[in-house]
Amino acid sequence: MSTQLLYGGAGVALCVLGLWAFLVHRPLLRKLIAINIMGSGVFHLLIALAERDGAPPDPVPHALVLTGIVVAVSATALALVFGRRLDEQGGVPEDER
Amino acid sequence: MNASLPLAVCLPLLGALATTLAPARARALGLIAALASSGVVLWLVVGVWEQGPLRASLGGWSAPLGIALAADGAVAALLAMTAMVALAISIHAGGYFRDPERLRQFWPLWLLLWAALNALFLAADLFNIYVGLELLGLSGAALAALGGGRAALTASLRYLLVGLLGSMTYLLGVALIYAAHGQLDLALLGTRLGPGLVDATALALLSLGLALKAALFPLHFWLPPTHANAPAPVSAALSALVGKVAAWLLLMLWLGPFAAVTQPAAATLLGLLGACGVIWGSWRALRAERLKLLAAHSTVAQIGYLFLFVPLIQGLDPGPERTALLGALLLMALTHGFAKAAFFLAAGQVQQLAGHDRIDALGGTAQRLPATTFTLGLAGVALIGLPPSGSFIGKWLLLEAAIDQGQWWWILPVLAGTLLAAAYVFRVLARAFNQEPTPLHFVTQVRAELPGLVLALLAVAGLGLAAGGLWGLLEPVEIDR
Amino acid sequence: MSSALDTLLPLLIVCSSLVPGAAIFLVREDSHLLRTSLNMAGALTKLALVGVMIWGVYHEHDYESRISLAPGLDLVFAADALSVLFVTLSSVLWLVTTIYAIGYLERTPNRSRFFGFFSLCVSATVGIALAGNLLTFVICYEILTLATYPLVAHRGTPEATRGARIYLYYTVGGGALLLLGAVWLQTLAGPLDFVQGGILGDLPATLHGQFQVIFVLLLAGLGVKAALVPLHGWLPQSMVAPAPVSALLHAVAVVKAGAFGIVRVVYDVYGVGLADALGLLALLGALASVTILYGSLRALVQDGLKSRLAYSTVSQVSYIALGTSIFGPIATVGGLVHLVHQGIMKITLFFCAGNYAETLGIHRVSQMDGVGRRMPWTTLAFSAGALGMIGIPPLAGFVSKWYLGLGAIDGGADWVLAVLAASGLLNAAYFLPILYRAWFRPPPEHWPEERIARRRLETRAALLWPPLITATLCLLAGLFAAAPFSPLEWAELIARREYDR
Repeated sequence: MSTQLLYGGAGVALCVLGLWAFLVHRPLLRKLIAINIMGSGVFHLLIALAERDGAPPDPVPHALVLTGIVVAVSATALALVFGRRLDEQGGVPEDER
Repeated sequence: MNASLPLAVCLPLLGALATTLAPARARALGLIAALASSGVVLWLVVGVWEQGPLRASLGGWSAPLGIALAADGAVAALLAMTAMVALAISIHAGGYFRDPERLRQFWPLWLLLWAALNALFLAADLFNIYVGLELLGLSGAALAALGGGRAALTASLRYLLVGLLGSMTYLLGVALIYAAHGQLDLALLGTRLGPGLVDATALALLSLGLALKAALFPLHFWLPPTHANAPAPVSAALSALVGKVAAWLLLMLWLGPFAAVTQPAAATLLGLLGACGVIWGSWRALRAERLKLLAAHSTVAQIGYLFLFVPLIQGLDPGPERTALLGALLLMALTHGFAKAAFFLAAGQVQQLAGHDRIDALGGTAQRLPATTFTLGLAGVALIGLPPSGSFIGKWLLLEAAIDQGQWWWILPVLAGTLLAAAYVFRVLARAFNQEPTPLHFVTQVRAELPGLVLALLAVAGLGLAAGGLWGLLEPVEIDR
Repeated sequence: MSSALDTLLPLLIVCSSLVPGAAIFLVREDSHLLRTSLNMAGALTKLALVGVMIWGVYHEHDYESRISLAPGLDLVFAADALSVLFVTLSSVLWLVTTIYAIGYLERTPNRSRFFGFFSLCVSATVGIALAGNLLTFVICYEILTLATYPLVAHRGTPEATRGARIYLYYTVGGGALLLLGAVWLQTLAGPLDFVQGGILGDLPATLHGQFQVIFVLLLAGLGVKAALVPLHGWLPQSMVAPAPVSALLHAVAVVKAGAFGIVRVVYDVYGVGLADALGLLALLGALASVTILYGSLRALVQDGLKSRLAYSTVSQVSYIALGTSIFGPIATVGGLVHLVHQGIMKITLFFCAGNYAETLGIHRVSQMDGVGRRMPWTTLAFSAGALGMIGIPPLAGFVSKWYLGLGAIDGGADWVLAVLAASGLLNAAYFLPILYRAWFRPPPEHWPEERIARRRLETRAALLWPPLITATLCLLAGLFAAAPFSPLEWAELIARREYDR
């Protein structure tokens, strides 16, 4: 039970941290990192939910987390590509900052 | 099991794969995939028309482990709209992208987006929606960046990040629901959800995530730059379809499985946000200096209209009154889909010919493209909600319900939005009349102008005069999956 | 007669201009012959179909086309005596105006666009005439706004776009109020099918307060197009439109749509008895009287020929509302017959004004000295229209005013006589000086801008015949007012059916 609480609590804390960072920081790269932290938090929480006392863990949350990680990785990759292209062209336009 | 449901998702996906593998033949393959996907949707609509709601479990696995797809009348209608708009965009894009390299990049992403749209409309459980949303966000952001400029890249990156934030919030809601009920299937959840803190928090998280993607006021800030800077066919898809599907899912959750969780006050709040969106979006559209920016702000307003229905439908028991309002909601969504896609395609045409889309300097260009200007006009009529467009009937039923239920204050945003829309649409159309002669022919470029014109005609005449059939499709049941 | 025809005829009448109209947009700009054939084919087909309908309605035949739009919302086109009156007027004048417009717009740009919207405009007008319920009326009424906007803006000059914009402000604003009123009424009374004698009479008296508010909303919406003071501001501004458009706007389509709507709402939605009991007729009568006098006074000081005619329209159209506002069959006859008579007289005047401008470049009253010698036939037609407007027998206008006066006495509204007398004097004061100048002053050495040289005819044949035809109609409508199927006889038929239920 305490493991579950630890995992879940850490997940919620990461989520809040990530959200806070996303809202506060203006640079887009920081926002991207913040989103990834928030994502890790959600995944933590889902893994915590999978625990069933003694019995093998519930497979559904695991499946969800696996899918989520794949999606998050590809989204991060895409965002990084955008960031590089943007950098090659001189960065975010002045009026957009 | 009806094979048309999984095929509606798989065919565009296969098309995306094929166009990635054989980029040299992207155009031919893409068009074949587009035609095949439309054909499957037609099959699906006929199936729903004849047999009522359909449901399919993939690979023989039933819930909670398997992936289930479901289609009722409303979903069939939305899928059909998506297919028609997508087909028009596919035809238009062939002429729009002059650079063959761009066109090769366009096709796989575009078909992926289409697959995501179909998957979202058909999704029967909360997690499928999450996957669909991510797919939609990724392909949408990549498409929006096809323009390539700094402004477009910045807007796309921001769009991607906001989309990710929305998905994460949504996923958090999914986790809560699974923790409380051990269940993600929408139809099964419908019987278990009830008033309570956990369910309400989960709904709030799910709604927040979807509202961010649907650009519901005040979470709409990312939409205008993204839609205005994307290539026109992409803007058409983003405005007409992508925002629409998120809004539809949000409405469907509120009025379907989560109906027991929602309180009148919450529904009123959602309606109020919609009303603010209507007025703010219309006002910003009126002040916009560029045609595509105008259209993008107008999308914020049009999405707002859909949420005005929530407080009116929420309190109604199933019955003819509720079906009528659901139909009106659907009709508004469909009309806006057709009209906004047509508007963006036409705006892109104007932009290409003039080299810019500043409204104040459009005069001569508009006069040189009679069919495109006509398209803008027809789409504008549907955006304003003037007869005979489908949105006129939608607004009539909305007003009727507002007066009937004594919630007369919803009249104000509807009328204000209508007048503001008339002002911004005619601000553009007034530029179309000047003393330059028009060309000999009404349609100057068939492939570029005709798709938009057909969509606009569908929004105005098709949905307006043949709306009766829509209720035939809805009649047997309403939203519950 | 087969029943299939009964359910299709109203729809066919609407489509007979809609389909050619849609086709005209696609016609190549230089295919003059094809466009003209489409126009004429549409106009003649419509006229023939309307002929069938007149015969049928006279013999108490029912025509109804019904399409379901949504639960409880039907698009209904139906024919009763009142709609036949308006539909006949529009079809006849459309034919004449089409001929005129073909002549008027010869060798100008963007004719496919013009005639396309022109046909849409007439389809909407006919739709208004045949509307079988308030929803259908509102739909066609708004389509009319949309179809006339491009016609007003057609020339593309800054004044034209400005006039069109003002026109739009008024009509869209009015349209929103009309929509609100119609929806509200529908929540109280269900589907608002037009029924002679009205449908609100049987509803509980507790709703009467709401009915009064709704009437004001509807009147505001309809009053914009009918140019009731203070909602008339757009009408003089839209004078920038080409002459055939002004002719159609003032005589048939727009202002008549508003006036016709008022008649429909009073007689077939509220019922004249209920409207009277709720004090709504008094409100309408007061507004109409103010409009009649105000329009005439403003017309008096206009030097521009078309703006004088425009203010005259403001004044004259309110005779229809005035006739409606007096409780009693005779005044009803006067109002309804004026719907037709004002149409044929005013269209004649606008055709003539267009001829003066197109042939000699005359735009102002002060330029009209001696124009009767250069263009005698046009001036003759103009005189017939003007004298008819004043109400000189045996022209059409006399008949309307006679019945309005009789109706006022019959309905106990003696003050109306004073309005009629004052307005008659004012009409004379702004029309007779024009006639005096045209016939009796010597012509100037040069006309402002002589564009069409005098050959066998004083101007192009396509410009000359339409005013002559409509001027003849003015005379015939007055002379043979008592003949079967005359506008007067038909108006009496409607009044009989309204009051002797």
